[in-house]
Amino acid sequence: MNHNRRTLLKGSLAAGAVGAAVSAGLLTPKAVMAAWAKDAFEAKEVDAAMTGAMGSADATASDKIKLKAPDIAENGAVVPITVTSSIDGTTTMSILVAKNNTPLTSTYELGPNTEAYISTRVKMGKTSDVIAVVKAGGKLYSTKKEVKVTIGGCGG
Amino acid sequence: MAKSIKLRAKAKDGVATVKALISHPMETGLRKDKKSGKPIPAEFIQEVVCESGGKTVLNAQWGSAISKNPFLSFKFNGAKSGDSIKISWVDNKGNSDSIDSKIK
Repeated sequence: MNHNRRTLLKGSLAAGAVGAAVSAGLLTPKAVMAAWAKDAFEAKEVDAAMTGAMGSADATASDKIKLKAPDIAENGAVVPITVTSSIDGTTTMSILVAKNNTPLTSTYELGPNTEAYISTRVKMGKTSDVIAVVKAGGKLYSTKKEVKVTIGGCGG
Repeated sequence: MAKSIKLRAKAKDGVATVKALISHPMETGLRKDKKSGKPIPAEFIQEVVCESGGKTVLNAQWGSAISKNPFLSFKFNGAKSGDSIKISWVDNKGNSDSIDSKIK
């Protein structure tokens, strides 16, 4: 009887550890990735947001990614961002704003014929680096640019 | 939520350039109502999917940091004038909308 109790305890402990790892973003099951990546979008650190969105925070700086953003954004609520990647086999692109409350703004999964070009508009709370992360052939590449914001676009 | 999307897609030399403008408040949930001081609940688009000719061309996941009335532009190969194109979005409250159009 005692023996049974031990195994039960061990089992629940192990399950608890896996659960904690999942919530910390260490393990990202496929099922979670397919749905909206809640953890990644709610992460408050750039590294955690990147890990949640792209599977790793370890990106190589690359000049093959072009990040077009204004040097000074007068209105942080609307900052036009264009990302173009000339790296072969680009499959996923992400745009992050380092100093936003939640750095991850968006992730784009490209179809097989889709060009690595995305243009959109994001909100920025204050002057910050904008980071473009690109996944190509299972590796991550990134580039960044500082955008100065005179009026913040998050909160009122 | 009808007609929330404006879509333009043009094909040139086999490359389609798609531009979409969606009218949506994109509330972050962090803003407060100036009169009552209560936080305005979050309402933002989480997923935008574009299909052309039955294939998914782009699957975008958005957070609340995308601007109000979002704009999105992208390009894809192997397109010709007259191909069908469809864009749909879903927000965090479960609202959704889609538009069917043809590439010009």
